[in-house]
Amino acid sequence: MQYEMVIAGFGGQGALLIGKMLAYAGMKEGKEVSWFPSYGPEMRGGTANCTVVISDRPVGSPVVQRPRALLALNLPSLDRFEDAVRPGGVILYNTSLVNRECRRTDVVVVPVAANDLANALGNPKGANMVALGAFVGATEVVPMTQVEALVRETFARKPALVDVNLQCLQAGFGEARRCVEGRDRPAAPGM
Amino acid sequence: MARKLMKGTEAIAEAAIRAGCRLFFGYPITPQNEIPEYLSHRLPQVGGTYVQAESEVAASNMLYGASGAGVRVLTSSSSPGISLMQEAVSYMAGAELPVVIVNIMRAGPGLGGILPSQADYLQATKGGGHGDYRVPVLGPWSVQEAANLTMEAFDIADRYRTPVMVLGDGLIGQMMEPVELPDERPPAPDLPPKTWASTGWKGDRPRAVINSLYLDADTLEAHNRHLQQKYRQIRERERRFQMRFEEGDYDLLVVAYGTVARVALSAIEELREQGRRVALFRPISLYPYPYRELAAAAEKARAVLVLELSAGQMLEDVRLALGRSRPVHFHGRTGGHLISPEEAANRMVEVLEGRSQEVADV
Amino acid sequence: MSSPAVLEETPAAASERTRAPVFGHPESLRQVITHYCPGCTHGVIHRLIAEVLDELGVRERTVGVSPVGCAVLAYNYFNTDMHEASHGRAPAVATGIKRGRPDLVVFTYQEDGDLASIGLSEILHCANRGEKVTVIFVNNAIYGMTGGQMAPTTMPGQVTTTSPLGRDVSLAGHPLRIAELVSALRTPAFIARGAVHTPLHVVEARRLVRRAFQYQVEGCCFSLVELLSTCPTNWGIPPHEACAWVEKNMVPYYPLGVFKTPDGGDRAPRPLGRE
Ligand SMILES: Cc1ncc(C[n+]2csc(CCOP(=O)(O)OP(=O)(O)O)c2C)c(N)n1
Ligand code: SF4
Ligand SMILES: [Mg+2]
Repeated sequence: MQYEMVIAGFGGQGALLIGKMLAYAGMKEGKEVSWFPSYGPEMRGGTANCTVVISDRPVGSPVVQRPRALLALNLPSLDRFEDAVRPGGVILYNTSLVNRECRRTDVVVVPVAANDLANALGNPKGANMVALGAFVGATEVVPMTQVEALVRETFARKPALVDVNLQCLQAGFGEARRCVEGRDRPAAPGM
Repeated sequence: MARKLMKGTEAIAEAAIRAGCRLFFGYPITPQNEIPEYLSHRLPQVGGTYVQAESEVAASNMLYGASGAGVRVLTSSSSPGISLMQEAVSYMAGAELPVVIVNIMRAGPGLGGILPSQADYLQATKGGGHGDYRVPVLGPWSVQEAANLTMEAFDIADRYRTPVMVLGDGLIGQMMEPVELPDERPPAPDLPPKTWASTGWKGDRPRAVINSLYLDADTLEAHNRHLQQKYRQIRERERRFQMRFEEGDYDLLVVAYGTVARVALSAIEELREQGRRVALFRPISLYPYPYRELAAAAEKARAVLVLELSAGQMLEDVRLALGRSRPVHFHGRTGGHLISPEEAANRMVEVLEGRSQEVADV
Repeated sequence: MSSPAVLEETPAAASERTRAPVFGHPESLRQVITHYCPGCTHGVIHRLIAEVLDELGVRERTVGVSPVGCAVLAYNYFNTDMHEASHGRAPAVATGIKRGRPDLVVFTYQEDGDLASIGLSEILHCANRGEKVTVIFVNNAIYGMTGGQMAPTTMPGQVTTTSPLGRDVSLAGHPLRIAELVSALRTPAFIARGAVHTPLHVVEARRLVRRAFQYQVEGCCFSLVELLSTCPTNWGIPPHEACAWVEKNMVPYYPLGVFKTPDGGDRAPRPLGRE
């Protein structure tokens, strides 16, 4: 089983970091993973995206045209990648920075107000963690425990940040679960 | 050692250290800046030296000096910078100096762009600079393989006294994958001692002169014969390749190297699930090119499709290997565009269904 | 000559004058959005050059050469014919243009990695041959384009991505002072250093740029103006702090002023034994 995802946003929103954390968590799970960032002129325009593949066997193409899941942190990202997602896949988008609905009806759509949730938790910088938690909740691509361990590890040198970021992570996770449960299950990667 | 998530560029840099390289000279250029950046902090930690040269011209001549003094040394750059190094590479080939050069290719010609490309294939494999010389060239398709081949490159360089190039593209430089590295990868035990190196002459060996100048035609021809003899040995012993789905029959053989072979593999797997009979041939050593192995692999196929991020460079070697025995088809992207698995699969189906035109002779 | 008569302004002319824009877009600068980071002073320097080209009325016979650095796309910004040179070679390209078409006004726009590192040979020989071209040299103490590596002009102790512990002058040497270096050549030239981190400095820099082009237009000599510039992005500080950083760290090491004029003779060393 192989799961491909695209994480996209403005530069500074943490799209590349979220992708790296997913890949890292996948690796810790004993999976094969690849992470490929956009680089080059398009980054000057202020957008950043990465493709992450998590698989049971060696990853073939690290470049993916039709991912199974999309995490769109802002409107341009949703505009750009919405149509690429495979039918039955997952589109998670950040309603704090997207002022329209997702048009796709053949995928599981998970709207999450990442910035608003992070603000409500008093940690505006934690929007990326909300999004990460939500993405894990919506796709179950890696176990939440693995991601939580990773957050602890990432912020080990700044203990004050561990709890606030875990809070954001869990808030996002909970929000996505509420959204997904009671619906048709997404094309779950089963891993 | 545990698996670590690393960028291709960083894995190459760390692999060089594990292979005992303690010296790096280079000049910044995208998309390989992480190699010098990584080594600027890592090398001092292990007692090594990092020097930012004033240019690639200087960096490559620093290599000439360091290697001539018998030290393992690395440089890395990307296409425009590699072009500037070609003079020194020719001199190093002539003076028989073992060095490792990493080229993380970007799209050209000229300043081009910074996105991935494989358009330096001919420059890398057919010499690149002036004079009759070749440089062993290794083309990794994963981050792990980039690290492995970097370590191996140092041995090949020392064994044959030649510059060796690790040829990747912007994709392999920028992507992250899990890597396992040995704590230390000592030089192969049977490497010849560097008695030729300029380490200070105490009269116990012939004086070391690191040089590529032979004004007398006979001497220079003898030197060239010696070099060609060495390249023959390299062609005999250092061919590396990999095949997928070679068991059983196949109608189409896809030939690709580096990350493009990964894309091809994904496409092939998808097509095979639909019952299409496609196999993959992946040269790992681009010089020496596995001509014989490719010719043998093509025997089972009705047609061959070459995929490259160029206008058709390795294609020339494929045609050299196959002659007119099989129709050869080509699909290439330039400008920094990647080939997507869907695009690759479409081309494969076109060839299988007879809807593709084979590469013409001119 | 008698003093010029004081002309009375007609009311119509006066109202025309008050309505006339006092600040417009120089004709020599294209009206496009540049790719420079917010707060970067590359844009200021572009404008100075464009204003001077307008003022001297030479836009239509000017050819610029852009470097490889953040200003690589300068060919999109100057409203003149332009060349894009390979990294560091702009002075050689400029030499080719000027020798082939001496009637043209030729300038290069170069940055510290481009001019002071990979292109040091080209700039020294261009200056030494006394090519009648103008070099605008932007010193921002870093490689901006490639993401913040150490430049030959990086300050001692300055942290960059390839000097993670700060520039160590015992290994990387001291920052290169280009204006001083080039003015040591015997060939007559106009060499100066200015800065653009405050409005007053910008005014002064404009005068230097104008003088540099003026010398070329008169067919007099090679001219080079080094301008201290900011890179908030890779210095990792906001633009206003970057300007303060120039004043605090760069100006003391890179003194501002005119280093050489074409009429000045050789700089004689002090006689031996009298130091
Ligand atoms: C031969 C060659 N080597 C390296 C590069 C990569 N490169 C692009 S811009 C640049 C230097 C940028 O620094 P600088 O000249 O100071 O300009 P800035 O970006 O700071 O304005 C380098 C090394 C290149 N394009 N060509
Ligand atoms: S990277 Fe630095 S020099 Fe380049 S445009 Fe941005 S601020 Fe200016
Ligand atoms: Mg600079």
